[in-house]
Amino acid sequence: MLSFDFDYHAPSTLKEAVSIYQILERQGKQPLFYGGGTEVLTLGRLNLVYSDALIDIKNIPECRVQMLTDKHLVLGAALTLTALTERNLFPLLSKTARGVADHTARNKITLGGNICGEIFYREAVLPFLLTDSYAVIAGNEIRTVSFDEVFNQFLQLGKGEFLVQLITNRNDLRLPQFHIKRRKQWNIGYPLVTVASIKKAGTVRIAISGLCPFPFRSKKLEEALNNNDISIESRINEAIQHVPSPILHDVEGSDEYRIFVLKNTLQDVLESYQGGES
Amino acid sequence: MKTSSSPFREVSLHVNGEIKPVLIKPSDTLLYILRVKLGLTGSKPGCLNGDCGACTVNVDGMAMKSCLMFAIEAPGKRIITIEGLKGTPIQHAFIKEFAFQCGYCTSGFIMNCYSLVENYPDANDELITEMLESNICRCTGYQEIENAVKSVLSSNKNLEK
Repeated sequence: MLSFDFDYHAPSTLKEAVSIYQILERQGKQPLFYGGGTEVLTLGRLNLVYSDALIDIKNIPECRVQMLTDKHLVLGAALTLTALTERNLFPLLSKTARGVADHTARNKITLGGNICGEIFYREAVLPFLLTDSYAVIAGNEIRTVSFDEVFNQFLQLGKGEFLVQLITNRNDLRLPQFHIKRRKQWNIGYPLVTVASIKKAGTVRIAISGLCPFPFRSKKLEEALNNNDISIESRINEAIQHVPSPILHDVEGSDEYRIFVLKNTLQDVLESYQGGES
Repeated sequence: MKTSSSPFREVSLHVNGEIKPVLIKPSDTLLYILRVKLGLTGSKPGCLNGDCGACTVNVDGMAMKSCLMFAIEAPGKRIITIEGLKGTPIQHAFIKEFAFQCGYCTSGFIMNCYSLVENYPDANDELITEMLESNICRCTGYQEIENAVKSVLSSNKNLEK
């Protein structure tokens, strides 16, 4: 149960959604776009999220697209994680999405909601950081921008903008890949660290969640890991120097322990590629 | 764009095969409306945070944690609560396998397992485990619940032969 009330709007077009946001804002309200709404409920209960006007984007057809063209995969922001994993058009995304929350919750959590959320982990971000991907963003205009450029700790949305689609180069969907989510114990709960990786043109790419309060991909970290002139251990020790700060230090695990787990996970990734696994 | 000074809206919800007119606020969860406005108290409030699964219902064929869904999203969707299941195989299997102890989590587990056997008749061990991880039984009666699911899947397959 939330401690605040809100107006509810369910536009059926992108233009209508943007227009509603602008009208509400002129009325002095604090509108918020949403898809699944799970984070509005869970963080709203803790007064960490507030809005007096929710704009539900699920009825906008562009936000529900799941389409493979000759060159690209197009995924709507309002697709549920279950819908994505069951069609499995992007295997690495399916693997990372299956690590989010639980199966029933994934019937409600959306791709856009996970990417644009407040929660630290946002694991659905990782495959898009690794691949040649683009974000389609609606506002006063529709813009398509490189995901790598528009995601810096958070998706960099302007006021009144919302994520419509993610577009990924079709050639990147089936590259050799690796995904592992390491938890403190058992198979449920938040991760100590989640690592997703692809190998493209002989180079290992790594994106990490759960280590910092945001998912990230570091080119310098990758350069160190791809330095084949030195041992795997030396590469990892060098790579760790390029982990951004702060490193999470909480009930799930200390910062020191998370780095320890990351080192072992990176070793698994590199050895996996050397062994020819994908 | 329609605006209203009242926080309440009158909507019709399709619950257990019946159309139910109900007055809701957009911030009401489906769980709250089912229990408080419609008197369907079989869906249990547990964590109210999407973690425990005690409030699981079925929405348009999918298991759904009703504490994670606003009731305002429900018009036009077909909702089944535990009260709407009448002698289904999974209910009988729970009894036969003694897949409950205190019973608080049972309705949520049954609704999740109902969706599992309906949607995934060929579910393997991995998928069964993954789906059952959506619910928590503090009495830890997981093995019997898994047995119940497998017995229904198995008997459904035998019926197909």
